[in-house]
Amino acid sequence: MSEHTVSAYDEELTEMAGKIAEMGGLAEVAFADAVSALVSQDLELAKSTIANDERLDNLHQEVEMKLVEMIARRQPMGQDLREITAASRIANDLERVGDLAKNVAKRVIAIDSGLNSKKLAIGVEHMTELALAQVKQVLDAYTRRDAEAARRVQEADAEVDAIYTSLFRELLTYMMEDPRVITQCVHLLFCAKNIERIGDHATNIAENVYYMVTGERLPEDREKLDETTGAV
Amino acid sequence: MTDATLPPETAQPAAKTPMQPKSLYAIDDLTRKRNAAEKRFQAYGITAIGIGLFFLVVLAYAIISQGIPAFSRTVVEVEFTLTQAQYEEAEGTLFKTRAYEEIFIGALTGQLQDSGIETPVEPEAIERIVGKPGGTIREFFRENEDRLGEPVQFDLAASSRVDGYMSGRITRESMTDSRFLMKSDLDLVDNLVEAQVIKTVFNWPFITGADAGVDNAAAAGIGASVVGSFFMMLVVLFLSLPIGVAASIYLEEFAPQNRFTDLIEVNISNLAAVPSIVFGILGLAVFIQFMHLPQSAPLVGGLVLTLMTLPTIIISTRASLKAVPPSIRDAALGVGASKMQATFHHVLPLAMPGILTGTIIGLAQALGETAPLLLIGMVGFVARGYPEGFIEGFTEPNSAMPAQIYTWAARSDLAFTEKAWGGIVVLLIFLLSMNILAIILRRRFERRW
Amino acid sequence: MNEMPSIEQANAMSDSKISANKVQVYYGDTHAIKDVDIEIQPRSVTSFIGPSGCGKSTFLRTINRMNDTIDICRVEGSIKIDGEDIYDPKVDPVQLRAKVGMVFQKPNPFPKSIYDNIAYGPRIHGLARNKAELDDIVSSSLQKAGLWEEVKNRLDEPGTGMSGGQQQRLCIARAIAVSPEVILMDEPCSALDPIATAKVEELIDELRENFTIVIVTHSMQQAARVSQRTAFFHLGILVEEGPTEDIFTNPKDKRTQDYITGRFG
Repeated sequence: MSEHTVSAYDEELTEMAGKIAEMGGLAEVAFADAVSALVSQDLELAKSTIANDERLDNLHQEVEMKLVEMIARRQPMGQDLREITAASRIANDLERVGDLAKNVAKRVIAIDSGLNSKKLAIGVEHMTELALAQVKQVLDAYTRRDAEAARRVQEADAEVDAIYTSLFRELLTYMMEDPRVITQCVHLLFCAKNIERIGDHATNIAENVYYMVTGERLPEDREKLDETTGAV
Repeated sequence: MTDATLPPETAQPAAKTPMQPKSLYAIDDLTRKRNAAEKRFQAYGITAIGIGLFFLVVLAYAIISQGIPAFSRTVVEVEFTLTQAQYEEAEGTLFKTRAYEEIFIGALTGQLQDSGIETPVEPEAIERIVGKPGGTIREFFRENEDRLGEPVQFDLAASSRVDGYMSGRITRESMTDSRFLMKSDLDLVDNLVEAQVIKTVFNWPFITGADAGVDNAAAAGIGASVVGSFFMMLVVLFLSLPIGVAASIYLEEFAPQNRFTDLIEVNISNLAAVPSIVFGILGLAVFIQFMHLPQSAPLVGGLVLTLMTLPTIIISTRASLKAVPPSIRDAALGVGASKMQATFHHVLPLAMPGILTGTIIGLAQALGETAPLLLIGMVGFVARGYPEGFIEGFTEPNSAMPAQIYTWAARSDLAFTEKAWGGIVVLLIFLLSMNILAIILRRRFERRW
Repeated sequence: MNEMPSIEQANAMSDSKISANKVQVYYGDTHAIKDVDIEIQPRSVTSFIGPSGCGKSTFLRTINRMNDTIDICRVEGSIKIDGEDIYDPKVDPVQLRAKVGMVFQKPNPFPKSIYDNIAYGPRIHGLARNKAELDDIVSSSLQKAGLWEEVKNRLDEPGTGMSGGQQQRLCIARAIAVSPEVILMDEPCSALDPIATAKVEELIDELRENFTIVIVTHSMQQAARVSQRTAFFHLGILVEEGPTEDIFTNPKDKRTQDYITGRFG
């Protein structure tokens, strides 16, 4: 895309995209750290993850202010307008991803007693890998303005949901087998739910990236049913 | 300044050194030069205006000082009573006018004696001073027999020499004795002035009268030619204004832009520059020789001057039409006015002040034009039928002010030169009043918006 | 009879008020407008945007044949209003302009009283039989233009003595007074301050109920604010035409995109 007649506008847009990418990086790291703290029961890592979330929140506020300022000063139109509104929504999603990661890290402290069975966490780890890959891909799609990649991310969300459903059943089985793990399993279940939500946010971002690039809404052909409701 | 201490290569790029804030109190050389140039130019302008004003004052002084004498005339004012017996006796003599003259001289001497002046009054001297008064007196009483026996005052025009003496044109030193006036007569004139028999009064006959013969400068008046000029201006106004305005509107608003209209435009501009004498010849050839219109008539003069004025009016009208903002035309067309409605309802009224100015300039030019009038014969002096026959004066022979002035200036008698200056004053007053009328009209048009 | 409104509505929905087909405009040898096809919906606001010299004003002026006043201007193709070709030899441009009013860039009230400004059009078209009817037209036009309250006590004062925004609304009222069906506006707010602009825009939005409005504007924000459909002109070509929201959020053509985002160069 050619440059704006007003070059300061271009600089602002680039700076804003940079900030979003930075937020994305922070959110990604927070998510990965939180899960690894969960899996390895690393309290220190969990605490630092919680502490780091503040940076993400600050960055989010900064981006929001910048966006409002740009709308006021530049009156964006067309592509720019889409980019700015998408950036605003993506920043929101990333901030939520950060919050969810923080929530997971908090549970690490709450579990505290430790997971006495590593096998419980394996499912969560697997799900994390997938969700993390989603986040990575969607951030990639954002920086490369790749509508096709964004569409693939949206499609892949079904997989995360499917894993969540199976994990739910698995944890339910454990709890039925051994009531002593109920507390742990409930915590894990909440973590899994958070991870699933992170996947949803990645999907949101993907939709926004798609709109930003093409100007059209991504068709939501898949049914968003929570399959866990009918599981019991 | 630190510049001197800097090496030359660092001193050169001025842009690199940070801008020093300049004080607004210190006036730099360039500004000073510009201010001086501005002052100089203003001085030139004032000088130019001064020179112009100086010449205007000189001109006005010359015209007025030379022209004023034409507005006064010298009369011999004698009052006496002619009895029925004296009348019958005078009518009985052989030289009837001589008898009246004697009565007149007697009355004159009586008036002198009343003022305590004793001086011999020779009939020859009286004749040189007032012409032959007997004829005038006899004629008056023959026509007004009922005035016999009562006191009657006669204002008899003094001869132009006496007139000149009174106005200072002729002095004792400059004059030589001639059959028109002797030096000795001047003593009598002085005495008569002292006795208030010879008086200087405002010269109404000059304002209202017609031209007189070459030997009778004192009787010559400009009135007839004022009327002639007025008639011509009417003809010019009523022909050139509608024709000129119609032509300009067509050319400016309706005519297509092509070679033909370009040609017309060029020719109109050229016409404005054609010498007026050419129009005179044209008038002579077309109006008089071909169309057989009456010679010397204001109608023909008006037609010729119309031809001359048209280009001026067309050019100024087109300029003022052009000056009307196109947005007004757009506005009118935009609400569905036809082109003609747009022009006549909106454009023309807005252009009116400009058109009037152009018309007045054209008329003023025409009023002062002499050359074409000479060629169509509007120089002849007119006394016939004046002032009664002048209502239908468009086709009657007449003169015009500038032509009349020219005729007077060309005559040998110095008294006519004085008349010429006086004529110029009248012409200028005529022009001024025309311009004032135009200004008033223009104000009224402007105030409507 | 009851069906009449619905039929009209149906027509209004389906038929366009103005339909241009392969319109070409030449100024002498210059091909100013090339192959413009556009359908303009009735009772809506359509805005023409584009860089200076793109032909949007020229095209606007072909709709009421204002270009006829320019000798060297030549129009080809067809422009139909309600299915009638306005360039048909049978059509008198004066009659056309009563049906298609125009408001210009610079407020150009006649140098006459406010009353006479409005009354001029109805007078020349014989819309009023007497003074009372004329008074009615004047007051209702001023009311429709939202100017009545401001000027009702000074109708005999000159129109040129009003503020710029009032003058422009007076010009709009003057256009309305001859009851046109279409009102063309050529950058009507370019000489106005933002408050006056807002008032004119509000007026345009109200007029949409009764008139078909076509507006040329340099301000994309204005086009976005007032119009339902927007057409983008570039170099004499109609590049893109569509619902305003689409043009300003997701234009199909790269040239439109570049123009609205400020990337022209």
